[in-house]
Amino acid sequence: MNDMTPFLTKPKDWETDQEVRWCPGCGDYAILKAVQRTMPEIGARPENTVFVSGIGCSSRFPYYMETYGFHTIHGRAPAVATGVKLANPDLDVWIITGDGDALSIGGNHTMHLLRRNLNCQVLLFNNEIYGLTKGQYSPTSRVGTRSPSTPLGSVDRPANPCAFALGSGARFVARGIDVHKNLVGVLKAAYAHQGAAFVEIFQNCIVYNDDVFAPFTDKKAGADQNQLWVEHGQPLVFAGGTKGLALDSQTLQLKVVAADDPAVAVHDQTNRGLAHMLVEMPFGEFPMALGVLYDDPAPTFDSAVVEQNAAASRGKTPDLQRLLSAGQTWMVDKQPHAL
Amino acid sequence: MASAAHEITPAEASANPAPESVVVRFAGDSGDGMQLTGGQFTLSTALAGNDLATFPDFPAEIRAPQGTLFGVSAFQINFGSTAIETAGDQPDVLVAMNPAALKVNLDALKPGGLIIADEGEFTDRNLAKAKYDANPLADGSLGKWQVMALNISQLTLDAVKPFGLGNKEALRCKNMWTLGLALWMFDRDRQPLVDWLKSKFAKAPTLAEANIAALNAGHAFGETAELSGPMKQHAIPAAPVEPGLYRTVTGAEAISLGLIAGAQLAGIPMFFGGYPITPASAILHQLSRLKEYGVTTFQAEDEIAAIASAIGASYAGQLGVTSSSGPGIALKTEAIGLAIMTELPLVIVNSQRGGPSTGLPTKTEQSDLYQAVYGRNGDAPMPVIAARSAADCFEVAIEAVRIATEYMTPVMLLTDGYIANAAEPWKVPDISRFEPFPVRFLEETPADGFRPYARDNKGARPWVKPGTPGLLHRIGGIEKAAGTGNIDYSPANHQAMTDARRDKVANVRVPDQEVELGNSSGKLAVVGWGSTFGPIHQAVRRARARGLDVSHIHIRHIWPMPANLAVLLRGFEHILVPEMNTGQLKTVLRDQFLVDARPLNKVSGQPFRIAEIEAAIERALGGQVGGELRADRDQLPEPQSGHDDGSLREHRSPQSA
Repeated sequence: MNDMTPFLTKPKDWETDQEVRWCPGCGDYAILKAVQRTMPEIGARPENTVFVSGIGCSSRFPYYMETYGFHTIHGRAPAVATGVKLANPDLDVWIITGDGDALSIGGNHTMHLLRRNLNCQVLLFNNEIYGLTKGQYSPTSRVGTRSPSTPLGSVDRPANPCAFALGSGARFVARGIDVHKNLVGVLKAAYAHQGAAFVEIFQNCIVYNDDVFAPFTDKKAGADQNQLWVEHGQPLVFAGGTKGLALDSQTLQLKVVAADDPAVAVHDQTNRGLAHMLVEMPFGEFPMALGVLYDDPAPTFDSAVVEQNAAASRGKTPDLQRLLSAGQTWMVDKQPHAL
Repeated sequence: MASAAHEITPAEASANPAPESVVVRFAGDSGDGMQLTGGQFTLSTALAGNDLATFPDFPAEIRAPQGTLFGVSAFQINFGSTAIETAGDQPDVLVAMNPAALKVNLDALKPGGLIIADEGEFTDRNLAKAKYDANPLADGSLGKWQVMALNISQLTLDAVKPFGLGNKEALRCKNMWTLGLALWMFDRDRQPLVDWLKSKFAKAPTLAEANIAALNAGHAFGETAELSGPMKQHAIPAAPVEPGLYRTVTGAEAISLGLIAGAQLAGIPMFFGGYPITPASAILHQLSRLKEYGVTTFQAEDEIAAIASAIGASYAGQLGVTSSSGPGIALKTEAIGLAIMTELPLVIVNSQRGGPSTGLPTKTEQSDLYQAVYGRNGDAPMPVIAARSAADCFEVAIEAVRIATEYMTPVMLLTDGYIANAAEPWKVPDISRFEPFPVRFLEETPADGFRPYARDNKGARPWVKPGTPGLLHRIGGIEKAAGTGNIDYSPANHQAMTDARRDKVANVRVPDQEVELGNSSGKLAVVGWGSTFGPIHQAVRRARARGLDVSHIHIRHIWPMPANLAVLLRGFEHILVPEMNTGQLKTVLRDQFLVDARPLNKVSGQPFRIAEIEAAIERALGGQVGGELRADRDQLPEPQSGHDDGSLREHRSPQSA
């Protein structure tokens, strides 16, 4: 359980003395700032907070947070975090990962963390590229991505992080943008959710994949028209309140309608089917759905483990000597005799 | 291994094999319950005060096609009144539940030994499946053995008739009938078995009664005068052992208990991350039932997550433990490096099996020593410690926990499939006799400031639990600056940190090496490690009883090695190193001490036989030191009965016949 006791800090209290080593202009800076702004707002305590990361540009993150931090190995942050949380469920555990770390080398761990529903936050910085290894295409790169390892363009279809998360059984799925002011709100919602909270953050890699998200992140590229910020209980409208989404009852798919169409759907963050449709919408024909797309808590793995351990121990006095002497035993009482 | 230090006289040793011990092998179809029969016989034998050693051998396939050669499952027990350290070389008695079991195990049987065969199963169809042209019970081909052919199937059906079971269920009681007969032959008490059956079948009292009836019928069969010929009752006197409370224990049980004891001596809870793999899963199963001892078990999604979660738990202040066998250890290797780099305590148990790759999952080997000592990227030193027997696993596990927590390092504990599955009597230790080594977490900023990679006089860094105010810090697999632990790639720092990691492990306090048997210098030292203890010890004992100048040295601390080992080894003219691999300890000894260690290798998936090592000792004293032992058709495990090596595809499935 996250300790929600209000605790007074300022964003600056969450900065370390370490020189931040991301490329100038990297989206990671903005995410770091957003996380450091989020911490005071949720009343987090630095000593009760652990950032666990894998390998990649994003995974340097823990060194820059004045908390406990563990920069582990490629893809394994969810597994390390599981051990941390089971050993001390009182800690706030944040997992920092990237598209390659979480969906390629560590895809298996991400899946199992989400289906088990460990109470933690997973921030997946998606830049659709391998930055630290100098620009190879990643599992989220679009078909045709030219990179050192795909000079003729990639031919394999990309993974959709939020669809993967939902398919793995995640009970909280949200999207944010590195430089967008709403990111803090999304992170707060993720923290408030009891269970594994999966947040895909579109993060611009200025060196190897610049502007790949511009159509829905850059105002100059008309992003305002293409962002759909969902809000529980509110109609699904976008493009400055001119367009909306409605369910096509024939195809059982979403369709774009005028905002004043009475068929415009209202967002229900506990509706798993709707969440699936929102994350699967092909961008271009549809806007990019952002914000808390799905939030429907279920019992967490760590609390179940704690409960089972407690139930198994209830009424028992652990006595090691008795345990050693358990089973079928026999006494030998004579001294060894010479044969 | 022996539960009691017992020296036999030269006169006793000259009798070969020792007349006080008997080797019995139960063999049948993998569905016949042979492992159960063997296990229960083991228990009765231990209760009778005999020293014993067992060797279960079962196919990798859970249910191989019935009646076939590769579906044969066997269980061997060596018990007697002398200290028993191996499962025995050749059986005196073979219980064969079908033709395939007879065929696969026959070569192993001592000439003049007794065959008890279920002739009810020697049908044309079963004979064909076992590739017999004629019934061996009838054609005189078993002339050099004593044969007792009984229709065990029919006798069992008769015995359980009153209970109205179906034919199939009734025949399942065959193993209990056989066990009853075996108990009579060796004058063992039936009562523990009766109690056990009652509790096992508490929900099906009819089955319990039927099984007990079969057990009693088998026993009565031996007792009645109907028998003539070879069947006679053996009486094996109780073995002389130290007084005290005893129980039987397998390696997997002893490791689990030792880990719990270790965590308790360290004063911290234990987190066990595991992933199912043969033959290591038994440890996961054991610990999962002992949550009240402060144990959290986690069956992870893979081997990597198993160790990574254990590292996370160690980081958070618990004793992280993971366990696997060779292929799984290979997957954990990168994470072991992380634990070395972040200097966190961790115990990694490797129950070795035949390799490489999938290798021989159910067969034993000692071929992961290189992997344990050398098998990581970078200069990545890690203490390695090896158990010699099931009972020894308890102390070795405690020792592994001590080193891990005192030195802030991962430790690898090597055991093997033979030790993990084998049962032996164990004198229950008095836990209060073990010195506690309580962990002291750093909880306050030291006077000279907090540095996550400061070192104490053992070279260990402080252990700080997340949740401790004022000691916030970051760790990771990337090279860190000495002291502060901040990222630091600078040349001088990497040199200093590499040296610090090396020195810390090199200076782990390890007890001096003792000589198990014989003098501390002389003509020949037989140097072993791990589960070869039994056969080496017996062979050296027998050789010494014949006046040969030979000593037995058995190494527990593989890395770092005991400080006095160099001097000790140099005191011998010859050094013979028997190993179930192609010479891995031999290489380390040569490398560390520049001594002329010679290998004696056996990689057939079979443990050493005493006679093989005895012969090698004789050759060594004649100047021919070491060599390679060929696969032995007479010995368990029979290669046909254990693993899917592809050749099995040639066999026709009986279902398709």
